[in-house]
Amino acid sequence: MQQYLLSIYQGDGEPPGPEILDPIMENLAALNQEMKAAGAWVFAAGLHPASTATVLRHHDGEVLMTDGPYTEGKEHLGGFTVIQAPDLDAALEWGGKLARAIGLLPIEVRPLADEAESCDPPRA
Amino acid sequence: MIRVLGDIDAAEDAVQDAFATAIRRWPVEGTPPSPAGWIITTARNRAIDQLRRESTRADRHAQAALLHTPDEPAPYAGSGPDEEGPVRDERLRLIFTCCHPALAPAARVALTLRLLGGLSTAQIAHAFLVPEPTMAQRLVRAKGKIRAARIPYRVPAEADLPDRLQAVLAVLYLVFNEGHTASSGDRLDRPDLAVEAIRLGRLLAELMPDEPEVLGLLALMLLVESRRPSRTGPDGGLVRLAEQDRSRWDRRLVAEGQALVRRCLRRDRPGPYQIQAAINAVHSDAATAAETDWAQILQLYDHLLAIAPSPVVALNRAVALAEVAGPAAALALVDDLDLGGYHVFHAVRADLLRRLGRTAEAALAYDAAAALTRNAVEQDFLRRSRRALPGTA
Repeated sequence: MQQYLLSIYQGDGEPPGPEILDPIMENLAALNQEMKAAGAWVFAAGLHPASTATVLRHHDGEVLMTDGPYTEGKEHLGGFTVIQAPDLDAALEWGGKLARAIGLLPIEVRPLADEAESCDPPRA
Repeated sequence: MIRVLGDIDAAEDAVQDAFATAIRRWPVEGTPPSPAGWIITTARNRAIDQLRRESTRADRHAQAALLHTPDEPAPYAGSGPDEEGPVRDERLRLIFTCCHPALAPAARVALTLRLLGGLSTAQIAHAFLVPEPTMAQRLVRAKGKIRAARIPYRVPAEADLPDRLQAVLAVLYLVFNEGHTASSGDRLDRPDLAVEAIRLGRLLAELMPDEPEVLGLLALMLLVESRRPSRTGPDGGLVRLAEQDRSRWDRRLVAEGQALVRRCLRRDRPGPYQIQAAINAVHSDAATAAETDWAQILQLYDHLLAIAPSPVVALNRAVALAEVAGPAAALALVDDLDLGGYHVFHAVRADLLRRLGRTAEAALAYDAAAALTRNAVEQDFLRRSRRALPGTA
């Protein structure tokens, strides 16, 4: 199985009111349940706004701290789900469900590098 | 040098944009009148069921072969359509893998040519006016995405087939069109690309004999290709359909194309490719240009405009209307079209204005057309037409 990161991008600014947000959160909870039941769900989280981010950089032996986020832009990562799926078509199927559950926001689907290719220490 | 490269890059972008636009537009314009008909295709061909039953192991093996030999010749180049069994299925899978919607449209065309057409990276780069390293990088990226994102190497599930098949047909059509009239260069056509598109079209038709649009596209390509011997004169100059020596048309291709048109239209699910094939079949029926059944062609364009409306279809329909109702009626329609960036639009206007005796306006339109094409043979034809206008030097 291949793992995929499903990223949710959202515009900066005030989040929408509960009349919009509540049904979305319900949809998301239902989708997470569906993913778990199908054995596809690995991990999911929402993020605080990009303005809460802090960026660290190594420079001349010191670590510099600056107010984030790292990228300039009007849209930032708002949350993500990691799933496992046999191939891209299956991952896109889940990505499509996520896009439908959330409504207006785009979802980026990106494969996680295989363990052999990643720099993680080998697991026992 | 930098300036020259800049120009090449600009040319590349323009060509890629054109292809990307066409590929976006075709799937939309090509939506058949009854989408359900696509899904519930009669007698779903056996190839797909066979593919589904095949083991994962064979699948992976073939996938590995596909992806880990980037610089070897295409796996199936040159093998004929008579080969048996699994090889044919693998080719079909390869076509659908190359045309996966998650790949950029430009990459789909390039990958199809590379892996199925057996064209070298240099040839593809040349065909698309892209520096070879750029094309090599584009191919490597696409192959890397297929491998890393695990784009499946299979014919998609039945429910996905209508969309995916549309992309495959659009790619073959674009490859053929570039072969028929090159978007730039000093030759009118690129026969290698046209021949390759037809070869792939035959393969698809053999593997999916129940899809009428597949047969329609193949018929369209064969009928257009049949005229290649007479499309250019001894000096390499462009010869228009009306002036072509019809005895030099390839009768074998005409007969094959017409038989295919009859076969697919019998299914009574006409789509854009089938109608365009039927229009070309009517041209092929006429022993001389004067005997062309323009009324029937106009009817077919009416039908095409109804199921796949676009300004380009409207422009082509106006050309047929000029033959039925005269140039004035056609010009009134053409002038309403928003196609100012398309050289054929100006060429059609020029011809209609010439026939109406509006010489000065015709000259301007020929100039506009010549300025918008980068194909030297087309430019030459348009400039000759302008010089032939009465009363202009």
